[in-house]
Amino acid sequence: MELQHVNLKIFADDHTAVDATACIGLFHDWIRQNALDELLIDVADYRHVPQGPSVILIGLQADYCIDNTGGRYGLRYNRKAACEGTNQDRFRQALTSAARACRMIETQLDGNPAPRFSGQSLELLINDRALAPNTPETHSACRPEFETFLDSLYGAGQYELEAHDEPRSRFGFTVRGGGPLDLDTLISEAN
Amino acid sequence: MKTSNSLWKQRLRTEIPEAMSQEIEAFETEMQLRQQDKVEDKVFAESRLRRGVYGQRYDNGQRHDGIETRKLDYAADGQTKGPDTVWDAPGMQRIKIPFGGMTPEQLELMADLAEEYSDGIVHITTRQDVQLHFIHIEDTPALMRRLAAMDITTREACGNSVRNITGCPYSGVCADEAFDVTPYARALTRFLLGHPDAQNFGRKFKPTFSGCGQHACGLTAMHDLGFTAVTREQDGVVQRGFHVTVGGGLGAVPHQAKVYEEFLPVEEMMPLAQSISRVFARHGEKKTRSRARLKFLVSNWGIDQFKQAVQEERAKLEDNPVWTDFLSAAETECETPLKAPGELTPANGDINYARWLRTNIREQSQAGYATVSVVLPLGDLTADQLRDLADITRSYTNGTIRTTVEQNFVIRWVSKSDLPALYQALESAGLASSGAGHVQDIVACPGTDTCKLGISASRGLAAELLERLTRRAAEIDPAIEALHIKISGCFNSCGQHHVADIGFYGVSRNVHGYKVPHFQVVVGGQWEHNAGSYGLPIVAIPSKKIPEVFERIAAHYLEHREPDERFPQFVQRVGKTAIRDLLDDLTQNHPEHDADPDFYCDWGDTREYSTGDIGRGECAGEVVSAFEFEMVTAERLVFDAQVKLDASDVQTAGTDAYTAMIKAAKALVLIQYDDVTNDPEEVIEEFEERYYDTEVFFDPFAGGKFAHYLFAAHKHQAAGGEFTQESAHHTIEEAQLFIEAVHSCYNRIRSTPVA
Repeated sequence: MELQHVNLKIFADDHTAVDATACIGLFHDWIRQNALDELLIDVADYRHVPQGPSVILIGLQADYCIDNTGGRYGLRYNRKAACEGTNQDRFRQALTSAARACRMIETQLDGNPAPRFSGQSLELLINDRALAPNTPETHSACRPEFETFLDSLYGAGQYELEAHDEPRSRFGFTVRGGGPLDLDTLISEAN
Repeated sequence: MKTSNSLWKQRLRTEIPEAMSQEIEAFETEMQLRQQDKVEDKVFAESRLRRGVYGQRYDNGQRHDGIETRKLDYAADGQTKGPDTVWDAPGMQRIKIPFGGMTPEQLELMADLAEEYSDGIVHITTRQDVQLHFIHIEDTPALMRRLAAMDITTREACGNSVRNITGCPYSGVCADEAFDVTPYARALTRFLLGHPDAQNFGRKFKPTFSGCGQHACGLTAMHDLGFTAVTREQDGVVQRGFHVTVGGGLGAVPHQAKVYEEFLPVEEMMPLAQSISRVFARHGEKKTRSRARLKFLVSNWGIDQFKQAVQEERAKLEDNPVWTDFLSAAETECETPLKAPGELTPANGDINYARWLRTNIREQSQAGYATVSVVLPLGDLTADQLRDLADITRSYTNGTIRTTVEQNFVIRWVSKSDLPALYQALESAGLASSGAGHVQDIVACPGTDTCKLGISASRGLAAELLERLTRRAAEIDPAIEALHIKISGCFNSCGQHHVADIGFYGVSRNVHGYKVPHFQVVVGGQWEHNAGSYGLPIVAIPSKKIPEVFERIAAHYLEHREPDERFPQFVQRVGKTAIRDLLDDLTQNHPEHDADPDFYCDWGDTREYSTGDIGRGECAGEVVSAFEFEMVTAERLVFDAQVKLDASDVQTAGTDAYTAMIKAAKALVLIQYDDVTNDPEEVIEEFEERYYDTEVFFDPFAGGKFAHYLFAAHKHQAAGGEFTQESAHHTIEEAQLFIEAVHSCYNRIRSTPVA
């Protein structure tokens, strides 16, 4: 099964906050500086909506969102354009792009304390209900693909997978790794 | 673009009505032809607009990043989907929701679509539509198929067509209505959708239905065609009919609708709409877009001539059973509740719940039931919230929910004994904000966030005002709580600023050599009585000072109002001069750029403000001073005209407005020709030669529209210059817009370095 349109959230460390307001300016800077080597178009401001996508950096191939869904801040990467390669390649591409953006936020955003993202916890979805409806059949067919990727990140048996059981949700998992994993390690393990 | 688009075509093949399926396939074909350059840009643009596929800001392939305008390098090999509209650029999809009626399943579908094709946010518009933003055009056929499978169409959601037919969201459950207009709105929607007589309009056409005349739910006074339910008794039998109005509309120059018929029997509703469509298609303006709405035809002809033309078309129509087939069912149609009627229990000291009960709940005409307003900040909610709302609607009702023109939802048929539990459920979903229809329930158009025409950040300002008001919600005086704030990003009035107690619309001005976002402050409008009167702009204030504007006006109102005096009556009594005087100091003493760079940015945007290519002007010296001098006079005159109009001195009001235009035109002429006199003939001649014929004055989007206001006013003056209340009102509106256009023209000139 071809899994396109990977949607991946890297959660912020519980002990730090992400200043969504400050991210507006940062994202405008990224557009100006062409900082991500992909076409970035605009910044959408939804800070007025509770527990949603607070601020989104809109791109052509992908969006980068300071996401507060469920009351937990994180950086959500949403791949919109098709991505070449295998499913593993697409997972890696999404993770690398998201982690790189997190790293840039950590280093470029002032904060007290500075925002920190942790590789210990992820949300990994397929944002396409035609390709991957959230059904037991998809679950059976695709879980091994997810596990292969996550084994390479965390090591086999070193993480927990929680399926998104609500049938209306997009197919995917929340992942909890066993030990601390910083972003650089995450990027390096993914590649 | 999704790789799965073709899958939906296969999967939904048997679930989509044949006609809808063919329409979507036709659109797909047109897309292919456009990509092969076999369909003209302009033609394809109208075609996609008629399917609700709309352009969005920056889709011309460039964007000002606060320093300079940069190319957005879309990978579409120069392909376009309309004039100056790049194929790959994200756009907006508008989805028609007739009279705002939705089912829980449709809510869930919108949530799915927002996640998969958009940015996870669903936006409710001021015409009860749903809008999704940042969508790739190649995803739209799949999106349309998924909607069609749920009996929703995007057909004629935009373009020169019959737009979403709006309706009172309380219809059928309101104690004040004559009867439930829902079945009539539904029937007319089906009748006019794709109707051959409604395919050749010069501009859009907006009908609406209201259950009563006194509330604002249907806003009939600002629609092309308004049906207000009325009944009459004849020979002991109660007859249903409509009070019909035509030719209303907001836009740059708002028109109050004219009464077409005091009582139109319901069986004549469809043939009348068809006849009006035929007249509009045959006689409406086609070339000059700014004069092409029905309101101009009605205004130019007068209601009697218009009525005669409609009656002539009506006489040509052969009877059609569709006109009346639905009528007997309409008389008995009624939604049913899920739960038994109940009684409300006290609020138990929870002040948030008590306030929510006070502002968001309306008793239904059916005992034991209430409607619940779900307030959406700026009309937005997340996909998760939409699913929660679907669950809540299912749990407490038979799926009875509607969108509103105030960008909210209304859940109908809630047993009053369920209100505490329903409040808890909404609170868990982050949807229990109080203040429905009150001051915090601010309406705003997309403005510079996504609209190509936006001048100022209407949503950014709305979010700022909302945050400030929410912070002190508990202490807001009931008189202030009752105010309506509506904000548009430009003069086109999509945020309905004309019918607010306090309205704002975006303009730009130069301050210390930099462009600064401003908002015109609009007062004197009326939301009640179906948008009973329109306000006028009194002064332009920098965006960052607008919260202070609101605070001052609110404080002045609180201090000086008579007991029980509503805001529109207060403005009428104290006069606009008094309101403007309150704000005078906010028009000056602005910080220097280096001292407060934030002043030179718009709300929610860190980029230095721009309306295009920003830059310090290179023009200098006396010419600039002369320009500014004349413009101050022009702005004063147009304000004086308003004061005269309020005092019913319509002749002076109209003449002052006209003179203001002459002064503004002279201001521009002075830049090139120092010796121009005050003779209007000479000013017009010089202006025409230097700015109109050369197109220097032409607005990038509206062309010569604003110059036509000047020429028409001059012609009118030369012919004797008689004004009525209405024509003076229009001339003031046009004068204000002409002055704005002169400012814009001046800014463009200043941005071009002098050789």
